[in-house]
Amino acid sequence: MGIDVGSITSKAVLLNGSAWQSVLRPTGYSPRQAGREVFDELLDKAGLARADIGYIIATGYGRTTLDFADKAMTEITCHAKGAHHLVPGADMVIDIGGQDSKVIFTDRQGNVADFSMNDKCAAGTGRFLQVMAAAMGADVSELAELARGEEPVQISNMCTVFAESEVISLLAEGVGRGRIIAGIHRSVAKRVTAMAERIGKGELIAFTGGVSKNEGVREYLARELGREIVVAPESQLAGALGAALLAREKLLNAKVLHEKK
Amino acid sequence: MRPESMKIFDDLRGQNMVVLENAKQSGRKVVGMYCAYCPQELVLAAGAIPVSLCGTRDEPIADAEKVLPRNLCPLIKSSFGFAITGKCPYFYFSDFIVGETTCDGKKKMFELLKQYKPTHIMHLPQGADRPGALSWWKEELSLLKERLEEELGVTISDDNLREAVKLANSEQRAVKELHELNKLDPAPLSGLDLLTATFMKGFNVNKFEGIALVNRLIDEVKEVIERGGSPFRAGTPRILLTGCPVGIGSEKVIRLLEEGGGSVVCFESCSGYKILAMLTDEDERRDPLEAIAERSLKIPCSCMTPNEGRLGLLGRMIREYRVDGVVDLTWQACHTYNIEAELVRGYVRDNFDIPCLHLETDYSNSDLQQLKTRVTAFIELLDKRWT
Ligand code: SF4
Ligand code: SF4
Repeated sequence: MGIDVGSITSKAVLLNGSAWQSVLRPTGYSPRQAGREVFDELLDKAGLARADIGYIIATGYGRTTLDFADKAMTEITCHAKGAHHLVPGADMVIDIGGQDSKVIFTDRQGNVADFSMNDKCAAGTGRFLQVMAAAMGADVSELAELARGEEPVQISNMCTVFAESEVISLLAEGVGRGRIIAGIHRSVAKRVTAMAERIGKGELIAFTGGVSKNEGVREYLARELGREIVVAPESQLAGALGAALLAREKLLNAKVLHEKK
Repeated sequence: MRPESMKIFDDLRGQNMVVLENAKQSGRKVVGMYCAYCPQELVLAAGAIPVSLCGTRDEPIADAEKVLPRNLCPLIKSSFGFAITGKCPYFYFSDFIVGETTCDGKKKMFELLKQYKPTHIMHLPQGADRPGALSWWKEELSLLKERLEEELGVTISDDNLREAVKLANSEQRAVKELHELNKLDPAPLSGLDLLTATFMKGFNVNKFEGIALVNRLIDEVKEVIERGGSPFRAGTPRILLTGCPVGIGSEKVIRLLEEGGGSVVCFESCSGYKILAMLTDEDERRDPLEAIAERSLKIPCSCMTPNEGRLGLLGRMIREYRVDGVVDLTWQACHTYNIEAELVRGYVRDNFDIPCLHLETDYSNSDLQQLKTRVTAFIELLDKRWT
């Protein structure tokens, strides 16, 4: 089983043969509790007990708080694995989550070859979108809808605080909300593209994380990178799925070792 | 198991302070230095005590920011903050300060420092490859020599210089030998211990005692090796650290790397090989000043252009220490090292089939969580053992 305790949502994935089950819920204030809850919920759903689970890997920013997990691994390793399963053959994974965004290059087998991550500022993350949405009195989930077909305005500030006041003054100037949101989407895409191009160009790009649901960001990202990007429907679960896949690898290897003896 | 004498190194900074105070009281002079280019041989030849004032701690930065711009590298801010707050006894005891024109931030910071202590700023050439570079640098060394003679009221003879060269060389040999013990796999010393031991050489009041202590540690580590001991399990990913200078107080990345399951086996940066790679020529027939100038000008620092020597040194170390990955640690707002990171990355990628991680951070703990994820992911990438 894999459990991904992210800053905004927590996910758990259980592998059983080639089938898998999952649950997802908001993290709230306690990552420890959220991790426990998705775990219990998934056990319930599958009709299993802890003892039935061979190996548990925790990932995400709350990964070290789960004492019932067998091992903690970073979301970078897990996302590469999970995205490879969802989009076979992807050599580049772009993940934009709540707190951070990352670009991972893989060996096409789901193993990390190189990666880069945003530094401590929020530009180019889900958090940036959230702050901007709030400034415009909208909900993050409606952003894509509101910006559809709109001509983006230029947002020049990357810094969340400055961009927020830029957005407010654009609103005051009477620029339409749709155009501003389109501009924000493009700004996130540009930021992430710059990060990606520092380490190279991918051929098949998988886009994961909460923000991958936003089709505005998705489009600009494809345009900026000059490549098609693939978003699997379950892309939000890539981290938890990757953790589950790694847990299974671990079990299989242990078995092989055991049989060798 | 940790070598016993590491405990002495842990307390050395505090103990040396007492020794320094006593030395001052008995009339010895103290000269503060900030950079590897500063020729400690001249200070030793003048009979004075060279101390390193390079700021490696976060505490004084807030005070420095009252004067200096915030978007400056933490090393400069920390150094300046220590100086103006009187929080660093080594600065306090210094009679004279030597700075040099390395990066822009540092050279302008020295101009401000002049208000606090008598300061001399050496002018470095911009690169080592121009025909006039060596003679220029040698000229700068004689200017420093004159200034030291004047300030400290001494005369420095060629024989004094030759003796100082021998002393500095023997210190360097000892530290290098210690460093090289880590060529063994698994490494007998943790990166943190290696850093602690090498970093302390900047605070030794009595060089001979300092060298003896390093030699004692070497003997002890050799015993550990014989017993087959190491703080690491076989197969622990071996990491080379390069980039901006790191010291005690700014060791967070090394800590994270080792807590995350890696072993930092060697340092290319200023506390390590950058200054250990070559000795000063001891040939008695030579002008000692020229020999000192020759050696120090070869230090491969990013302030120089071009700085190909760094890549060559990196390549040598990657091979000799058989490292699995390179971590390039640069301080925020350090333009020279941050730009050079691109060259380092390309060089490692094109010549060795090993991953390279560039980290840009400061002395604070504000990005610890983020850094931890990156560093741990890097170790996971290097460590193929876990499954
Ligand atoms: S990195 Fe360069 S400027 Fe800094 S101490 Fe070392 S030699 Fe001097
Ligand atoms: S780390 Fe960089 S910016 Fe800071 S003093 Fe050294 S060379 Fe200058």
